[in-house]
Amino acid sequence: MGKKQADTGPLSRRPDNSAFKQQRLPAWSPSLTAQTVLPTFYILSLVCLFLGVWLLITVQKTHELKVDYTNAGTCEQCFELRKHAINTGTPCTCSVQFYIPQNFLGDVFFYYGLRNFHQNLRRYMDSRDDAQMVGRKNNLKAPSSYCAPFDYGANKVPVAPCGAVANSMFNDSFTVIYYPTNEPEVQVPLYRKGIAWYTDKNVKFRNPPTNNTFTLRQAFEGTIRPLYWQRPVYELDDTDSNNNGFINDDLIVWMREAAFPNFKKLYGVLNRAQGPFNQGLPSGNYSISIIYNFPVEPFQGQKELVISMVTWFGGQNYFLPIAYLVTGGLILVAAIGLTMVFVKVGKKGKNMEE
Amino acid sequence: MTWTNPLTLLWQGWARHRDRDRPIRRVVSNLPFEDLKKRDQPNRQYEGNTIKTNKYTLWSFIPMNLFEQFHRMANVYFVGLAILNFVPVVNAFQPEVALIPICVILALTAVKDGWEDFRRYQSDQQLNNMPCFIFSRKQMRLVKRRWKDVRVGDFVRVLSNQIIPADILLLHTSDPNGVCHMETANLDGETNLKQRRVVPGFSTLGKPFQPQTFSSTVVCENPNNNLNVFKGYVERPDKRRTGFGIDSLLLRGCTVRNTDDAAGIVVYTGHETKSMLNNSGPRYKRSKIERKMNTDVLFCVLLLFFMCLIGALGHSIWLETFTTMPSYIVPDRNGNYTPSVLAGFYMFFTMIILLQVMIPVSLYVSIELVKMGQIFFITQDVELYDEELDSRVQCRALNITEDLGQIQYVFSDKTGTLTENKMVFRRCTILGTEYCHDENAARLAVVSGANEEEEDTLYQQTKLPPLFPLEELQDSHTGDKNHANTQVTAANRRRSRVAAGAQSDMAFSTPLETVVVPDRKLMLEVDRQMASILSGPYLDFFLALAICNTVVVSTVTAQRERVKGRSNSAYSGGSFHIMGQWFRKGSLRNIFSSMKFFKRGEDTLADPFAKDEDEPDMFHSSDVSDSTTGQKVISSESEVKRSLSGTEEVCYEAHSPDEAALIHAAKAYGFTMVERTPYYVTVKLPDDTLLKFEVLDVLTFDSTRRRMSIIVRHPHTNEIIMYTKGADSAIMERLGNVFSDMSQVDNVAKQIAVKTQKDLDMYARDGLRTLCFAKKVISEKEFKAWFAIRQEALSAIDEKEERLLDTATYIENNFTLLGATGIEDRLQESVPETIQALRRAGMQVWVLTGDKPETAINIAYSCKLLDHEDLVFTFSTNRKSVCKMRLEDTLGELRRSSLSPGAEVQFRGNNSAFTLMEHSIGLVIDGPTLSMAMSDDLVEQFVELCKHCRAVLCCRVTPLQKSSVVKLIRQKLRVMTLAIGDGANDVNMIQAADVGIGVSGQEGMQAVMASDFAITRFKHLQRLLLVHGHWCYSRLANMVIYFFYKNVAYVNLLFWYQFYCGFSATAMIDYWLMIFFNLLFTSAPPIMFGIMDKEVSDSTLLSLPELYKKGQHSEGYRRSTFWIAILDAFYQSLVCFFIPYWTYNGSDIGIFSFGTPMNTVSLFTIILHLAIEIKSWTVLHWVIMIGSVLVYFIVTLAYSAICTSCNPPSNPYWIMHKQMADPMFYLVCILTTVVALLPRYTLHVLRGTLAPSPHLSARQLERLPPSHREQRIREWRGLRDTCISPSLRSQEHSSSPCPSA
Repeated sequence: MGKKQADTGPLSRRPDNSAFKQQRLPAWSPSLTAQTVLPTFYILSLVCLFLGVWLLITVQKTHELKVDYTNAGTCEQCFELRKHAINTGTPCTCSVQFYIPQNFLGDVFFYYGLRNFHQNLRRYMDSRDDAQMVGRKNNLKAPSSYCAPFDYGANKVPVAPCGAVANSMFNDSFTVIYYPTNEPEVQVPLYRKGIAWYTDKNVKFRNPPTNNTFTLRQAFEGTIRPLYWQRPVYELDDTDSNNNGFINDDLIVWMREAAFPNFKKLYGVLNRAQGPFNQGLPSGNYSISIIYNFPVEPFQGQKELVISMVTWFGGQNYFLPIAYLVTGGLILVAAIGLTMVFVKVGKKGKNMEE
Repeated sequence: MTWTNPLTLLWQGWARHRDRDRPIRRVVSNLPFEDLKKRDQPNRQYEGNTIKTNKYTLWSFIPMNLFEQFHRMANVYFVGLAILNFVPVVNAFQPEVALIPICVILALTAVKDGWEDFRRYQSDQQLNNMPCFIFSRKQMRLVKRRWKDVRVGDFVRVLSNQIIPADILLLHTSDPNGVCHMETANLDGETNLKQRRVVPGFSTLGKPFQPQTFSSTVVCENPNNNLNVFKGYVERPDKRRTGFGIDSLLLRGCTVRNTDDAAGIVVYTGHETKSMLNNSGPRYKRSKIERKMNTDVLFCVLLLFFMCLIGALGHSIWLETFTTMPSYIVPDRNGNYTPSVLAGFYMFFTMIILLQVMIPVSLYVSIELVKMGQIFFITQDVELYDEELDSRVQCRALNITEDLGQIQYVFSDKTGTLTENKMVFRRCTILGTEYCHDENAARLAVVSGANEEEEDTLYQQTKLPPLFPLEELQDSHTGDKNHANTQVTAANRRRSRVAAGAQSDMAFSTPLETVVVPDRKLMLEVDRQMASILSGPYLDFFLALAICNTVVVSTVTAQRERVKGRSNSAYSGGSFHIMGQWFRKGSLRNIFSSMKFFKRGEDTLADPFAKDEDEPDMFHSSDVSDSTTGQKVISSESEVKRSLSGTEEVCYEAHSPDEAALIHAAKAYGFTMVERTPYYVTVKLPDDTLLKFEVLDVLTFDSTRRRMSIIVRHPHTNEIIMYTKGADSAIMERLGNVFSDMSQVDNVAKQIAVKTQKDLDMYARDGLRTLCFAKKVISEKEFKAWFAIRQEALSAIDEKEERLLDTATYIENNFTLLGATGIEDRLQESVPETIQALRRAGMQVWVLTGDKPETAINIAYSCKLLDHEDLVFTFSTNRKSVCKMRLEDTLGELRRSSLSPGAEVQFRGNNSAFTLMEHSIGLVIDGPTLSMAMSDDLVEQFVELCKHCRAVLCCRVTPLQKSSVVKLIRQKLRVMTLAIGDGANDVNMIQAADVGIGVSGQEGMQAVMASDFAITRFKHLQRLLLVHGHWCYSRLANMVIYFFYKNVAYVNLLFWYQFYCGFSATAMIDYWLMIFFNLLFTSAPPIMFGIMDKEVSDSTLLSLPELYKKGQHSEGYRRSTFWIAILDAFYQSLVCFFIPYWTYNGSDIGIFSFGTPMNTVSLFTIILHLAIEIKSWTVLHWVIMIGSVLVYFIVTLAYSAICTSCNPPSNPYWIMHKQMADPMFYLVCILTTVVALLPRYTLHVLRGTLAPSPHLSARQLERLPPSHREQRIREWRGLRDTCISPSLRSQEHSSSPCPSA
């Protein structure tokens, strides 16, 4: 019945007899019985088992080593020293020996790890000013109120970078030394740049504008360094002037707050260009010498150096392959159970169907 | 439609209060005061005629709408949270962002409200600017104004077919008799014309209306919403008073018909008119699911409270573990650390803000949307569309759709609901002699039977058996008064009605009712009396039939005019359908006419087929040849057409179908009422003489007296005669000298009364409606005395009804019985099937009627309410002690007979084990007994008894009793009740029930106005409940459960994270994405699920009514279902949190990088969870489900690409892209989703295999090919039946096995 006719005809209010309005759209209604879902179960379990096995093999080829240096070796005294805030200015270096049992082949990543450090507290997370970090002049001089009380120093001088996150930045530094059996010791060369996300380094973190005559130092004129810092932000890296200010890789890495209280953050990547490190990190004796600055005693925390290989799905992670295997197994059990149900009861169900 | 804004209400309340001091309204003419300033106007305190139904103005919209929205608890909760967020110590998000959800919800609602209000505003404007004519003194003529200019005291003239702009007291009409016809279809839906007459003494016949001479004061009652009562008087300058009533009031919104023009003084305007006062807004009821849901929301609040408490305590304790503050604990602005206890206290509120989604506020909005969708589909159902009335099912209450799926008790009216309420004259008894009208019965049988065949067969039939065999056949049938016969035909009648549909709309009565084949014997008797004397009981009887009513005569041309006037409606025929029906009807009618012709013989017929009179006398020539009959049939057919197209036919506009049936019966015997004015009634006698009776008074029908009388002066004898008709009891007890005085021997009269009573009983047993007719001759003196009192009563304002009643009862006694009639009210189509289906669906059906027990019981048997195998208890007594005794006896008997008392009618889950009483018990109770049984001391026993009864029939109950029965059952048994009715007497009952259903039929729209749903036929109830009710229920229940699950599952992710962030209320998901998650990504699927999911198809639901029991026992949504959903939500959230957690623990993952896979995983889980629950997938399902996932990825990717530092401190920049480049992300997503959904999926599979619920089995049936399905359904029903009542069925199908599992 056409619309025009419907307006005037005697049956003008008759509803459209369309499939949609009469709720007669062709529909697929799945039936969830043992019979119909058994293939799905078997396939799913096989897929899970396969993935689990594959992941397990991959994981077993990767190695990870954690060196806790909180109060190990000669760091004991530094640990004691850092218990008291008064000694912040006193430098302290120490070293820790460790042994790597097997070769770390391929790319090797060096992380610093912290235990019991809550970067994920709401107030802590909020205490930063991304607009300042993008290099906006205004925010440099007037940090966001989120940064409080780390927004202004004495005499209302703005802090750059402001906020608790930047303030509490991890400031230990390491030198890893390899002791080959028959050769003199070698310092393990690390790439200390390129450890942050490309987008962070190039978009999210920018320095205030500078040019040949206007130096970074001048750009940060009128700001003071965060309370716990030893050096101002424009002098974070004395080796590379392009790695200073807000685009300092270590700062960027630190500013990406970790999800859990026990975390690691990238410190450097093995430079495989030379010597014994062409294939990766050979097994043998090593030591780290640490410039020990970061206090962990207040939160009963621990500090460690993590040396890890990285595969296509991240670092050494036994949970995922095992979880896949267990899940695959469970689905298989369920599938077998359902098969039995189907064999016993399904016959009747089958009769129902026909 | 109408919403009055609070201010207007306040104003009205105040105005009313002010008026209450003076309970009357005085209105004087505005004309002398024309052009004076407002404060000098005498009628200034009355409102103008402008109507304003919109709530808001342009300026007040935002504040008022907000004000109204904040009446909702949910909105207050939201706003409270938003405000809490502005408190610095407790805020969880950036305060501005926290405002977004509430703003979105408020804005959506405001847009919806604003649009609705604008629509109202537009329609108001349209009405206010309609043109009308107001008399102006300055110009001494009528000037054209607009409706809004009309004021109280103005003189307004309305022309034919115009709509009346205000309530007008009729002072003048163009009609010489001072009447004006009015169609009230706009007001109450009644399509028959109402007669209004000029206030006595003001009919200036023939002269033009001269309002400037009007110097009287109109005194009337204050505005009220009673459409049928209006009283007042006109006080002339000389203090003479003339009373008037509702029959002098033209009502706003009605249309003037058949009258060239009418004029009068405006008494009520605008919102004070009766039509506007009657216009109440849509009804708000709270459905059962919603009530249940609200308690579950409280559980959610509790849950939230505990979670927040854990958060607060946790935070406090965690802070306590530190002796020195580490660098990651941020001090406040002044560098001080908050004490841990205080920090914990603050954290409590912060947690509330963080976990607020736990309270499913969006659920309320979603439910509204879902119900809108459900109502859309119900009203669109073509199966519930009535072609004849061109009306769909109406949903008047917008929020109780799912209650339709939970009905346990159905209370039904009888007349007009179970029956057609289209009356057919069947039999009469005059002076104790019964005339059974076999021929008429035969005709009805022919009509019903023949109509099933094609038209040629119809001709065949009429040709071949030339009447007498047919008649003999019918004799044998009526002899044994076969009920089955009536049942069979009842089912067929619907078709004949459809065939005659067009006519029925126009002339009110179908040919079935209008044409009555006279009884041969009676005809002879009438003829004899006509020939000999011009009076006699037979003539009196038919005169009473013809004039003792309120039927209005209108001509066919007038009808046509009326039809054209309603150009907006559907009645302007001319389409092929109508033409086809005309032809069919023509052919039907010619059969009646030819048959009638045979009977009537030489007499002159006062009907449109009078031309037949010169045909040979067929009645006496028994050997009529087939060919002659055939010819005649054809010739008369052409005449029918001619008469239909050309000649002026008498049409009757009757208030009640009974009256129509009676007047047509009188017409069949030649007594045709040709004219009725307030002062005269003209009747054409069989010999073509016209008798013009002067009407002295009409005592209209009321439910207390249950009779009506008309007092006329006989034109020949000049006697004053009162003709009365009424219910048999109302007449019989007022007969003169029959039972009252035993000493005086008036054997004849007594015998007549006794015989008539016997006939009446017989009629009642046959299910006919009975009416008695009586007359009384009043002496001139007696009348004069009475008339004076009567007039006084008429002009009274106080206690007018009582005084009128007194005067009426005073004169109505000492009747001489004339006779009685039996009218058949036929069952509607498919009523027995519908009742059976409702029964099988587990509903208890009660019928409440005002009819006599005999009639009611008869109908009850024929509509399968009672079965002949049933054990029927009848309660009818006047003594309370007897009532009590019977109740106790019956109960005792029942308790003894039932093996497991208290375990009746229980539906035990999947295996469908029923325990039912061995016997089906029916209860018949009458009104007086009912009121005794419902008294405080007996009510418990009565209810107990009712629980045992399969069917209950209450007869002779008043409207009030109807509603109190419904309330009683509803409260005592705590069941869901449904009341269905069509008349004003059902309004109470409809309003008392959980779901009220109005049948729009013959009796106007009052029931429909009071109802929640309006249907046109009783049989639609079956589809409405079993299909739509069931669907709506299971859809909504599933959706609500799902919503709870969804919110809990999502919010718990945040909660689990608190254990790893020192309970500091950190959200690892970006707040914008959280908002989008609820508003955008996961909102559409559940709404679609709630509107469109289809567990079982409609045909299966109809063929297996047992499936309905799911809703009755609230199986779709129980407390356990809720907790299972919550537990599942907990499980899933644990999985969704801890699998990513263990995966990423110890890695260098950032907090929002961790939140992203979690958000994705929970989206997959939540969407796929719904996918498991969806029972049928249409294209729309696929589009929405896949669309939601796509929207998630697109929006999230876009958002994290654009936002470098727009939403500090959570910064999602490039996180999603980085995650999606990481294979780990996909590994986590797949594993988590599989593990989270595995238990539910497996459980569904196990349930589907091991213990399929009836619904699952029914769905499996749907996969079968149709033939197999039919067979299986039959088997299933067979099995079920044997299970339900083994003792009843086992004898019949002892072979059919009953599954023990």
